[in-house]
Amino acid sequence: MTRFIARRLVGMVAVLFAVSVIVFVVFMVLPKQNPAQSLAGKNATPLLVKNIEEEWGFDDPLPQQYLTMMKKVFTGELIQYEPRIPVSDRIVEGIPATFSLTIGAALIWLFFGLLLGYLSAIRAGGWLDRILTGVSIAGISIPVFLLGPVLIYVFANELEIFPNGQYVAFGEDPGEWLNHLILPWITLALLSIGFYSRVVRSNMLDVMNEDYVRTARAKGLSERQVMTRHVLRNSLIPVITLFGLDFGATIAGTAIITESIYSIDGIGLYAAEAVAKFELPPIMGVALYGAFFVVLMNMIVDVVYAYLDPRVRLGESASA
Amino acid sequence: MEGRGSDAGRGPWALALRRLLRNRLAVVFLGVFLLIVVFVLAAPLWADEVAETGPNQEHTVEQITVDGEKKDVVTPEGKPIGPQWFGAGGKFFLGADGRLGRDEMVRLMYGGRTSLLVGISAALIATLVAIVLGLLAGYFRGWVDSVIARTLDTIWSLPVFLIGLSVGIALAVGGLKIGPLELSSGSLWNPILIISVFTVPYIARPIRGEVLALSEKEFVEAAVAQGAGPSRVMFGEILPNLASTVIVFFTLMIANSMLFEAGLSFLGAGVQPPNSSWGTMITVGVELLRIQPLLAILPGMMIMLTVLSLNIVGDALRDALDPRGKARLDAALQFEAQSGATRPVGEASLS
Repeated sequence: MTRFIARRLVGMVAVLFAVSVIVFVVFMVLPKQNPAQSLAGKNATPLLVKNIEEEWGFDDPLPQQYLTMMKKVFTGELIQYEPRIPVSDRIVEGIPATFSLTIGAALIWLFFGLLLGYLSAIRAGGWLDRILTGVSIAGISIPVFLLGPVLIYVFANELEIFPNGQYVAFGEDPGEWLNHLILPWITLALLSIGFYSRVVRSNMLDVMNEDYVRTARAKGLSERQVMTRHVLRNSLIPVITLFGLDFGATIAGTAIITESIYSIDGIGLYAAEAVAKFELPPIMGVALYGAFFVVLMNMIVDVVYAYLDPRVRLGESASA
Repeated sequence: MEGRGSDAGRGPWALALRRLLRNRLAVVFLGVFLLIVVFVLAAPLWADEVAETGPNQEHTVEQITVDGEKKDVVTPEGKPIGPQWFGAGGKFFLGADGRLGRDEMVRLMYGGRTSLLVGISAALIATLVAIVLGLLAGYFRGWVDSVIARTLDTIWSLPVFLIGLSVGIALAVGGLKIGPLELSSGSLWNPILIISVFTVPYIARPIRGEVLALSEKEFVEAAVAQGAGPSRVMFGEILPNLASTVIVFFTLMIANSMLFEAGLSFLGAGVQPPNSSWGTMITVGVELLRIQPLLAILPGMMIMLTVLSLNIVGDALRDALDPRGKARLDAALQFEAQSGATRPVGEASLS
């Protein structure tokens, strides 16, 4: 197990290195425009551009430039220039909102994904299964940028049941916090509910063919006991993996679209605003921060998975 | 097979077509998709003959005559006109798009062209690259496989949408220059290339898996024994056997790429003005959600319909082309999901 973790750690560092190189190349090397100009933002003064040019050492050889960039990232000196705020500060400020959005949506999609998948699997082939399958395909196909506006229009503008977005800190008013987050939660969760229920269903159907399920039936367990204790439990492992990854990705700020539709001032909205203003430093920061979280979650999930299922550990050469 | 009629003597493609046509849902949604294609292809026709305006033509201070009554295209308060249907002879059929007073119907048709064009081109490039990489990795194995598989895994474990967004914005700001390849910042090639690079692993990984399995087969051994070289074996022997997988994944990838494009464009890092796509139209629409909700909902509906129909047709193609292979493909996807990678195709990684 130690060896497994060590290998994964090395892999993680390698991926993060790759990400940082990609970010460097994308922002500093590929564009035709002077990178200092892009870093400074749309309305920068020539003086600021000149300063940035010196600060980042754009006359240095490329490897040196890369090191300068990484040093800035690690020492918190990656700065957005108008107004002059360290990117890391803004990211840290955004974490509570993004975390609130993620945690609620994740609980909703996990609960309903499991429930619908379970119901669908125990009635496989029946009418309930067909309806649920149809619902989940539809859920998967509704993009967030359609569902968000529709929900806002119906529930916020017309019916006025929920506020139209914005974020209220939990510490300020827990009731309002909940009230403001319900629509975003549903928006973010629906896509994953469809997806998770399909995964749960197909895993359960696979497990139902296993010998130990027959054994469980043969020794006289009730159908319900067989389903919950044996089938459902064994089909949960891949779902846990998936959940870990999705949770990590959402915390990492990948819910950019949901956050910007509902103006939830988390990490995603910070990135979206930077995109709108063509400001590069925040985007670099969020991409690196996001990659770190996603890769870290990947690694944790792999380790948990290996712990739960020894086959992964032993046959690790298969898909490292 | 229900055993009615005789299947003997029919080719596998004819059988597959018959199975596909028997799937009513798939046929209906194939029809929906074709209708959407006709809809966007008819854009210039509608623009010239009916609406008599272009997608970027502004009508800020104009008035139109609806049923003999004069109406502002954009009211002095900045409220765009709503759907007029055929009230003004087809002009402003779906109303105007905002303060600039552009014809929403015309924009929807032209925007759809961009969305479909980007989606299909990106899927096509990704599929072609994936075929080559998958064949090389699966056939030569060894270090070739290691390099390719590692690269794909790395792309796979990136927060693809975030990185894609970064690349999109970097290119939108500065354009791109690699040797002779030079793209301006507004080029449609920017989103196409970004999407295809980041979606290659979705197709390359399953193809590699299939090539690995196929190259163990007797017919490959026979070809090698007859003296066929690597390229002959890869492209002449193995490639034809990948046809059904490629067709299925290509269909699903178009849907995936369109979602990717819409996400990028929605945030302003994809299609750049003067071009517009359904994604950029939603951005405009969301700002006017309170006064004219249709402006956000219509392009969103178009994306959803297109994606839904492609997903259903893709699923049906999988069943039709390879009924026994369904289990195999599903198993491959399952494996991908379990091996700590990410989710199967058809599922956009953006929210």
